[in-house]
Amino acid sequence: MELFDHLALGFSVAFTLQNLAYAFGGCLLGTLIGVLPGIGPLATIAMLLPATYALAPVTALIMLAGIYYGAQYGGSTTAILVNLPGEASSVVTVIDGYQMARKGRAGPALAAAGLGSFFAGCVGTLVLAAFAQPLTVLALQFGPAEYFSLMVLGLVGAIVLASGSLLKAVAMILVGLLLGMVGTDINSGVLRYSMGVAELSDGVNFIVIAMGVFGYGEIISNLSKPAHERQLIAAKVTGLMPTREDFRRMVPAVLRGTALGSVLGILPGGGATMSSFAAYTLEKKTKLQPGEVPFGEGNIRGVASPEAANNAGAQTSFIPLLTLGIPPNAVMALMVGAMTMHDIQPGPQVMTSNPDLFWGLVVSMWIGNLMLVVLNLPLIGVWIKLLSVPYRWLFPAIVLFCAVGVYSTNNSTFDVWMVGLFGVIGYLFIKLGAEPAPLLLGFILGPMMEEYLRRALVLSRGDWSVLITRPLSAGLLAAAVLLLAVVLLPSVKSKREEAFVED
Amino acid sequence: MRIKSQKDFFSGLMFMAIGGVFAWGATAYSLGSSARMGPGYFPLAVGVLLALVGGVITFKSLVVETMDGDKVGKIAWRPLVFVISANLVFGASIGGLPLIGLPPLGMVLGIYLLTVVASLGGDHFKLREALVLGTVLATMSYVAFVWLLQLQFPVWPAFFTA
Repeated sequence: MELFDHLALGFSVAFTLQNLAYAFGGCLLGTLIGVLPGIGPLATIAMLLPATYALAPVTALIMLAGIYYGAQYGGSTTAILVNLPGEASSVVTVIDGYQMARKGRAGPALAAAGLGSFFAGCVGTLVLAAFAQPLTVLALQFGPAEYFSLMVLGLVGAIVLASGSLLKAVAMILVGLLLGMVGTDINSGVLRYSMGVAELSDGVNFIVIAMGVFGYGEIISNLSKPAHERQLIAAKVTGLMPTREDFRRMVPAVLRGTALGSVLGILPGGGATMSSFAAYTLEKKTKLQPGEVPFGEGNIRGVASPEAANNAGAQTSFIPLLTLGIPPNAVMALMVGAMTMHDIQPGPQVMTSNPDLFWGLVVSMWIGNLMLVVLNLPLIGVWIKLLSVPYRWLFPAIVLFCAVGVYSTNNSTFDVWMVGLFGVIGYLFIKLGAEPAPLLLGFILGPMMEEYLRRALVLSRGDWSVLITRPLSAGLLAAAVLLLAVVLLPSVKSKREEAFVED
Repeated sequence: MRIKSQKDFFSGLMFMAIGGVFAWGATAYSLGSSARMGPGYFPLAVGVLLALVGGVITFKSLVVETMDGDKVGKIAWRPLVFVISANLVFGASIGGLPLIGLPPLGMVLGIYLLTVVASLGGDHFKLREALVLGTVLATMSYVAFVWLLQLQFPVWPAFFTA
């Protein structure tokens, strides 16, 4: 079996002392920021990107990936213990998780989340290993028209899954596309929108945007809330083991969550957050067994399923990135940045040109999941302590890490001025209720989209119908239209709004 | 005419402005044709599209009723000003400000300045606490950035090391 050869290669890469150490570091850090509300994987990965310059590419990616899925574990701890989602992806875990904690069953809730996540993480990794190859083969048949249509599908996915207003999400993507235009046009060499500033000839540094909008924007918005809203009081944890009854209910829920998360993670625009929402909705639809606690009052299924789903989704969202070179969500957009920083062009050729990187990363994710279970359950006391660190000590540290991170990408103070500007812009976005994640995705995809569209139209001599006459491209566009149509259906629309109200 | 959603009204205006500016800027570059897209083609199209979407958002904000008027709310000037200033102060410490003849002060002093300025953005400012935090952060940064990651930046004031 070829798959086993690949996995063997992956193990040989992932099991070096250095890579194990960085996987551990990434997971630990991911859990840490996952536990702390107000700082997410996006800001953390952006912060650490420059620091990974010095590392080998595979080591860097292993660590960054660890932060992403580690945050999914950490987020659930905060959700269950303090009734606050540590991460966006654990918003629904709060509902039943905190109710369980109030009834003195915080331990089983944490165990359900941890074990469910671990199982889902293992499955997600296997899905990634199994599906990557066939998708890569498919990707090699892609021409420029198909790539353009795929990106359209990806952006539509991001619009559909953004919380809040659809129109504003569309607008934010377009803003991102436009920001991506700044700098030298690769085709004609014309400097666009650089306003005579030499530093802008390479375009806006995307770390600057990520840090400004997600780092500073969030901090300012957090600080503007009254202090008591930030004060966290953690529930007590006694006894971790779920009962047999708990296990009987958990297992099918975890299986359903894993399946749903794996599928939604692959879809463009999907990922951890959407998966957990969908999984919770699905659980609520299933019939309650006799004697079972209703949802919203501490049902263990309401914890196990979304937690499994968000972890599965986090793993499988690497599939479009690694096989097609297209980031399905904002965190993956940062991973594109990480790969290009190390001169790796994300896309179907990664698997053939850097097999050690590809399989090493896949295997490290499984190892990382194992570490997280071991790390999380016994260390729960430490995480609870962490929740008592006051925000007034935390935020200057975050400001510092953002500033250092931005400066050290290019060793230029110009980027530090720019991040200040984007911090103000980011706060403005938050104030106006415009979610910034689609912007980052548009920013990454902008130049790629323009280039693929240009190539497609050159090949067709300016005939736009090339996008719908090539079957693959037409199929992708049809999927995009379908996705949009489904969301605009009145019944789905109200459901979607309902799902995000709890946000 | 009454604004029914303040947030949407202003964000719509913002999107129209951004779209308009980029579209207007694009006209300065050659547009080309669809078979041979010039550097202005794509940004013009996207800019116009953005302006249109912004227009629809603003229009809807005047027509569609909302529960509470979707107020933008007060701007948190204090954290906004101090957090952003902390960032700028740190930038100036690392790079110096040739414009006013300020030499680079280096990372360590920069961290103290950043911590104090940023802490002013919180609700309870205590200088002693900020200085203690600055010391902790400076030590940690020295170990992490200078020793372990070996990032390249001035650590001590320029007039010290020169």
